[in-house]
This record gives sequence, C-alpha cells and structure tokens, in this order.
Amino acid sequence: MDWGNFAQQTVNGVSLGAIYALIALGYTMVYGVLRFINFAHGDVFMVGAFAGLYFHRWLKPLFTGWPAAASAIVILLLSMAFCALLGIVIEKVAYKPLRQRSRLTVLITSIGVSLLLSYGAQLIFGAAPKGFPQLVANHTISLPLGASVTVEQITVLLVTLLLLIALTFAVMRTRMGLAMRALSNNPTAAALMGVNNDAVISFTFGLGSALAGAAGIFFAMLYQAIDPFMGILPGIKAFVAAVLGGIGSIPGAALGGVLLGVLETLVVGYSQNIGIPSGYRDAVAFVILILTLMFKPTGLLGKSEREKV
Amino acid sequence: MSRLLELRGVTMEFGGLRAVSGLDLVVGPEEMVGLIGPNGAGKTTVFNLITGLYHPTEGAIAFNGRTMTRLAPHRITASGIARTFQNIRLFGSLTVYDNVRTAMNLNLRHGFGHALTRGRGFRAEEARIREEVMSLLEIFGLAGESERIATGLSYGDQRRLEIVRALATKPQLLLLDEPAAGMNPTEKSALIDLIHFVQDKFRIAVLLVEHDMKVVMGVCRRIVVLDYGSKIAEGEPAQIRKNPAVIEAYLGREAHHA
Amino acid sequence: MKNHIPHLALFAALAGAAVLQMFSPQLDDYAASILVLIGINIVLAVSLNLVNGHTGQFSLGHAGFMAAGAYASAMVTLSFAPVVAPAGPWAEGALFAGSLLLGGAVAALCGLLVGLPSLRLRGDYLAIVTLGFGEIIRVVIQNTESLGGARGLEGIRPYTNLFGTFAVAALTIYVVACLVNSTYGRGFIAVRDDEIAAEAMGIHTVKYKVVAFVVGAFFAGLAGGLYAHFITFIAPEGFNFLKSVDVVVMVILGGMGSTPGVVAAAILLTLLNEGLRDFEQYRMIVFALLLIVIMIVRPQGLLGNFRGWPKGKAGA
Repeated sequence: MDWGNFAQQTVNGVSLGAIYALIALGYTMVYGVLRFINFAHGDVFMVGAFAGLYFHRWLKPLFTGWPAAASAIVILLLSMAFCALLGIVIEKVAYKPLRQRSRLTVLITSIGVSLLLSYGAQLIFGAAPKGFPQLVANHTISLPLGASVTVEQITVLLVTLLLLIALTFAVMRTRMGLAMRALSNNPTAAALMGVNNDAVISFTFGLGSALAGAAGIFFAMLYQAIDPFMGILPGIKAFVAAVLGGIGSIPGAALGGVLLGVLETLVVGYSQNIGIPSGYRDAVAFVILILTLMFKPTGLLGKSEREKV
Repeated sequence: MSRLLELRGVTMEFGGLRAVSGLDLVVGPEEMVGLIGPNGAGKTTVFNLITGLYHPTEGAIAFNGRTMTRLAPHRITASGIARTFQNIRLFGSLTVYDNVRTAMNLNLRHGFGHALTRGRGFRAEEARIREEVMSLLEIFGLAGESERIATGLSYGDQRRLEIVRALATKPQLLLLDEPAAGMNPTEKSALIDLIHFVQDKFRIAVLLVEHDMKVVMGVCRRIVVLDYGSKIAEGEPAQIRKNPAVIEAYLGREAHHA
Repeated sequence: MKNHIPHLALFAALAGAAVLQMFSPQLDDYAASILVLIGINIVLAVSLNLVNGHTGQFSLGHAGFMAAGAYASAMVTLSFAPVVAPAGPWAEGALFAGSLLLGGAVAALCGLLVGLPSLRLRGDYLAIVTLGFGEIIRVVIQNTESLGGARGLEGIRPYTNLFGTFAVAALTIYVVACLVNSTYGRGFIAVRDDEIAAEAMGIHTVKYKVVAFVVGAFFAGLAGGLYAHFITFIAPEGFNFLKSVDVVVMVILGGMGSTPGVVAAAILLTLLNEGLRDFEQYRMIVFALLLIVIMIVRPQGLLGNFRGWPKGKAGA
C-alpha cells in the first residue's frame, strides 16, 4: 500500500472538499431558510472566479508594493462582496415573487437563472477558458509520507476554516443568526416575533453567495483556469455534499463537502486499482446522491421533516 | 363479526413526541363512533394510522380480522376503509365527475393497455363507470355540476363531494375528519342528516372526528375521548357529556390557569 | 372522447404523414430538415409532458433516455445495415423500424431502473436525481469505447424521413391522449394534484408514476433513434443536461398537462431555435429568460391548466 500516494490524494481531496463545503453551505442555508434548491448557486461560484480575475486586472496597478497576501485578501473580499450583492439581487428579482409557490416552481426558475448567468458570462467573456493569476506565492511544502502541499492549498484550507468559524459565530451568536434559525424553524412565528423575514432572507442569500464567491476564487487558485460553465458541475456536486451531510445542517454541509471531495479524488486517484475509468469522476457525486437519498435521506447530520396531513 | 376495525395498544411516536399512546379502539359493523378531544389530542393522527399514512411505533391495527398494520394506504383503501380530510383534498384540476371517477381505479379491469386499444371491454367498462359515478352524484345532488372543476364548487358542496368520492371506493368503514369545519348551523344540520343517510343507505360504519359537539351528539352512538394521545373516556353521548375527566380535559386546564 | 375517434384520428395522421412523404421531393432540404426536427421535438415534448405535466413528476433526465434510444438504435443499424441493405429499401425500412423499437425498449428499461428508486422521492429531489441519472447515462456512454466514447458514433444511415418522423409523432400523441382520457389515465392527474388523496382513493401512486415514467422514456428513446438516423452523427455531449432543459422549456411553455399546448410549443421553439441559429450566443439566454418569465408571470404556459404544485403539498 503506497501510503505516500494515499496521503497525497487525501490532501488534494480535502482541498477540493473545502471548496465543495463552501458552496454547499450556501445551498444548505438557503434550503434551511426557504426550503428550496437554488440551482443558480453554482453559477455564483463562477461569477466569484471571474470577479477575482477582473478585480485583479483592474486593481493591479494600485497594489504595487503591497505584499501578495494583502492584495489577495482585498481581491477575495471584493469578490465576495460582489457575489453577495448578486445573490441578493437575484433573490429579489426572481425568487421573491414566487415565495408563495411550491419549491419545485422556484427550482425551475433557478434553473433559468443559472442558464442566464452561465450563458450571459459566455456572451460577455467568451467561451474559452481564461488563465487565473497567481495570487499567492508558488511554493510546495513537503509533508510526511512523501506527500506535498502547495501554498495555494494551505491558503484554501485555512481561509475556509476561518470562514466556517466566522459563519458558525454569525449563526449561533448574533441576532441575525438567531433570526435565521427562527425563520428556518417556523416562518409564521418568526414574523410574528418581529423578525423581518425579507431582511433575513436577503442576508442568507448574501452570505451564501459570498461563500460561493470565495469558493470560486479558491477553485481558480487551485486549478488555474476559469470558464463560464465551470459552475454547473461543482454546483450540483456541492448540492450532493449538502444532502450527504444533511440538508439544512451547516456542519453537515461542511462534512459532506469534505467527504465528497476526498471520495471523488480517491476514486480518480485509484481508478486503475478499482477498475473504474477516471472518466467516471463526475458520476461519483451522482451515485452518492442516489445512495444517500435511498438509504439515509436525511443525510449524516440532518433531521427529518414530516408533512402535516 | 362484532369488530370491524380494531386498534390494539397503538402508539405513535414522532421523534420525542408521543402523539398517540397505547390506544385501544373498536368499531363494529355499521356502527357510528365519534372520536373527540381537545386540539392536539391526536385524533387526526389516529386517522392517519388507520389509513396507513403513518405506521404505528407499537401496537396493531386489524380490519375484518386481517392485520393492516404495515400496509400501504392504497391497499388499506382496497380493503374497505375510506376517508375524508380535515383540509379538503379534492383533485384541483379535475372535474366533479373525474374526482369521483378516480375511486374507480381500485377495481379497474381495463387499464393501461386497454386505454390504448379501446376495444369493446374497455368501452363497456367506461360506460359502467359513468353510470355508477353519475348515479352516485345524483343521490347527493351534485349531478348537475358533474363537468365543473371541483374547486369551483361552494365550500359545502366540496365537502359533500369529498364524501361522495370516498363512498365511491365502496368502503365498509368511512372515516370523516372534521366534516363540519367551516359550516354554518344550517349546513351542520344538513350534514347530520347526510351522515345518517349515508350510513343507512350504504350500510357502512362511520368513525367521526369532530369538534362540533352538536354534530357529534347528533350522529354518534358511541364516543371515544382522547387527550394528549390517550383514551380518557368511552361511552354513550349522555355519559360522556357528564364525564368529569372529559370536562376537565376540555375546560379544566383553562380553569386551573385562571 | 367518443369511441372510434382516436383510431380514426391516428389513421388520418398516418395517412397525412405518408402524403407528406410523397411530396417531400418538392420541399427543399432545409425545409424538410426543419420539419423532421419539429417532429422529433413533438415526440420529446409530448412524452415528457406525460411525466412532468400530467403526472406532475419533475424529470430533468429526459435527454438520458433519448441517448439510450439513439445509441441502441444506431448500433443496430450500424451492425446490420450492410447485411440487410442488398435486400432492398423495404428491408431497410423494416430494419430501421426494428431498431427504433429496440431503442425505445432500451430507453424504457432505463426508465424503469431510474424510476423505481427515484419516484419515491419528493419533487425537488426527484428533479436532481433524474438529472443525476441522465448524467450517469451520458458518462457511461462517454467511457464506453464500443459506443464510440467521447468521439461519438458516425456514419449512421440517414433512414429518418418525414413519414417516419410524423408517424412516430402521431403515435406518441395518440398514446398519451388515449391514456390520459381514460379512467386509468385520470389516475395520473390525481397523483399530480394530490398524492395523499390519490393513495386514499386506492391509487398505487408509485406504480402510476413509474408507468408514466417508463412510457415517457420509451418515446424519448424513439425520438433518440429518429434523431440519430437524421443527423447521422451522435456524441454524448449532445445528450447532456442542457438538452433535457430544452425539452423542459417546451413542456413549461406549452403548459404542463396540455398535449396541444406542448405540441404548439415544440413547433414554436424549434422555429425559434432555427431563427436564432446565427445568434447562437443569445439562444440559451432567450430560453433562460423565457423560463424565468413564464414561471413568474404565467406558470400554466400557453394552454395548460396546471399552475404548478400547491405550496407544501405532497410531492413538492
């Protein structure tokens, strides 16, 4: 057993998983509060990556003399803010009018929004992949067992962890977080208690979209190319991660994301040994989705919902 | 057989919540039994258990001597139990006629393939179904509205239609879930007559969940009282009316807090 | 529906298709190919409408069944046409028809395998799972060398003609209309309107959903076979999620649950597609906007009576 290879695959898998986790958080929060699957969420991830690219291009002159880390943080924050704004606008324009309708109706609309974003991006930026700039130093650090990790991967892992902590704090310790939890538990009661549902919903969308935007930049840092359709597959996979962890559960989304990232990477990494061609990488997520929904539909950490008859 | 429907020690737990606790309930053939209790007592849960929407955590349910406990809802209906719903559940895009017609799927002999070939057997069966449905609608005075979309009917008519639809499944036991909800006194009187009529003409047993005491007392020969998921009293209307535990359940809690 | 009208209508439609075929040499190639595409889209839309519209089960994987039918029928003709061709055009016609039916059967089998586990799920989850299965079918084809892998299959015999296309379209409309307008078929609509009430009426809802799903998949397979023998080259990317969305837009625009509506939508959208061919970049944007606007402003589409699932009710 080549432990070095296993360790390396795991490191890669966890970095990919962190990205899935960040996107999955947005799905799970929106689902928790509004009970619907926002199909367009994956495309916000794509927008984040493009925002990062263009902010870097436009602001580069301003950053001469700054340490790489500082300019990277600024770009990250700007892109996250841009995505947050985009998420809020989408909700107000496309989803708010449908609040009284069924979740399936909104899902269909969100498919429309997703197509609008990706084809719109294609129209504006062209279909060809673009290279993403080097935002942080280009080192590789050796780990025990012969594995190695790049600075980008460490950055992704650390910042994701920070964001997770910040998010948990926001949800558990702030008034807005309390309002979110109240709204996800019982919208009518929350409104009666004085919670401004619209504000909480906008906040949830904004927060989820900001995280997706961050994920977009991290993905671009790790894989170095971006294109208008980069969001579709990761978006669906992140949804699977959210379901795996238990839709509506924030720790579940994080756990699901990491698990999915690791599983996917291991399947590809060991494709020779297990006899599955690496071309099946994308099918891994779908198989996990189907198995989860068949055997443990509430996911690893979720709670079940009953329909009132 | 004196026990058409029998629940033995039925308990229903949802996570940490015990909605129904150790319930024993019997309904005899052609009996009219009422199930009452304060809000949240578990009455609709009992209906959902009987009709197979929930499976009991403990206990057994038998109908005509056969165990029903883990059967799928459509099988339970096929065995002879029909129901109406607290919040009317008609098929919103179908006509009055089609709503009742759905009950005919139970015993359809000319289904999928025959719908395509449309041979003589199919056409004969469709004609027979039309006759049956129309005569049923006729009995309840809804024949004139047969081509109207069901949700276009008045509220009272919709409730009646739901009962007609349930009767079309040819049940031996009819479960009525708060049929008087939202009705004015005149409508409620008409409902009492309707239920007597149904029971008499179709010779079926009726289990009625209802909040309106006038309707319950006017219809039921025997009443079972639930509170917090347990049976607290059972007997004839006159006895129940005077039963201190029942009065306590409905009024006592407020009196203690007063 | 009166007793013999469906049979007569089908016969008339088939005769019409034959007449169209006879006049086809007078049509220019471009017009003929548009007509074929319209016919294929009618088959796709009407078959998906049975599942999504009449039965209310939102499937996003229709392209996967189309792919199954396309590849199965293409493999049959690629293998056997050289053997059969010398026997003349009628023999080839029989081979083509046989290959289409096989494609439909393979697609129907896929429909059964996908439907059985998925159709117990709630509406929005069902949508994602069917999308997943559609992608799995595509990925499997992409990784199977004997099916051409990512390169695709080429050199497929151009057997699809106007008669074949419109005969299949007529058959599809006949089957769906006959099914829905029967006591059995009203069961599909009952399942859509209120699953819990439908179960309470003795309707085995899962069985009805699976039947609708398998029938829908069968016709998607026929459409796939027609398509393969029309453009003579197929590749897995042509049957991806976006293709499923194309068909979904037709069903939603036409009106879920309205057969005439989705036929009209199929015609309109095929023409729109052609019209926007020079503006390929704008095509999907137009479709996307169409989808969003319809769901917000007029969810019942052109002719549908189904305004979408009631909030919180069974299935959605």
